[in-house]
Amino acid sequence: MSTLFLALTITAAQILLAFAMGCAAFRILRGPRAQDRVLGMDALYLAGMLLLLTYGIQTGRTLFFEGALVIGLLGFAGTVALAKFLMRGEVIE
Amino acid sequence: MIQAPDLPLWAAIAVGFFVLLGASITLIGALGLLRLRNFYERIHPPTLGSTLGTGCILIASMICFSTLHSRPMVHEVLIAIFVTLTTPITLMLLARAALYRDRSEGSADVPQDLASVDAQQPVLDRP
Repeated sequence: MSTLFLALTITAAQILLAFAMGCAAFRILRGPRAQDRVLGMDALYLAGMLLLLTYGIQTGRTLFFEGALVIGLLGFAGTVALAKFLMRGEVIE
Repeated sequence: MIQAPDLPLWAAIAVGFFVLLGASITLIGALGLLRLRNFYERIHPPTLGSTLGTGCILIASMICFSTLHSRPMVHEVLIAIFVTLTTPITLMLLARAALYRDRSEGSADVPQDLASVDAQQPVLDRP
């Protein structure tokens, strides 16, 4: 009983997070300027990280946690590099 | 693939509540990213997901793994610390970059740089 309740709840949360990723992807595709696209990418990787964490809760394996940690680290580096590129026109001076 | 770990009832209710709350807050933030009109308005809503949404889902994960392994497992704190540290840095950098681009294009929507305004106007009341 409690397992069925938890399974339905986690699936609903995954659908909500997938909608959040869809909104961010729409902002990447449509965003009028380059900074909107970078902002959409930031929101996209964050929602993807949360989706991976819910998969970790669902399967009970800690492998997904490590994937989420890697996404967090690399997403930070990517957003900082893109913001630097927007400001200066080059990443490493 | 509908499946879930076999948790006692109180843990199942707590995990379900926190997971659903975190996902809903993240979705609200993403909808704000979709709906608002201006870039400087749009930069705010994703932080809803990166603070409260991430916090709720990490609390749910901590409860789940601590109950499954019947000992405290708090390695999710790593993600919490990292996201809390990096979100202000990235958004400040992005907002400064957007402001720099708007100013260099001479857009009328952003306030002027005070340093350059002071340099253009002669200062009269200086001894």
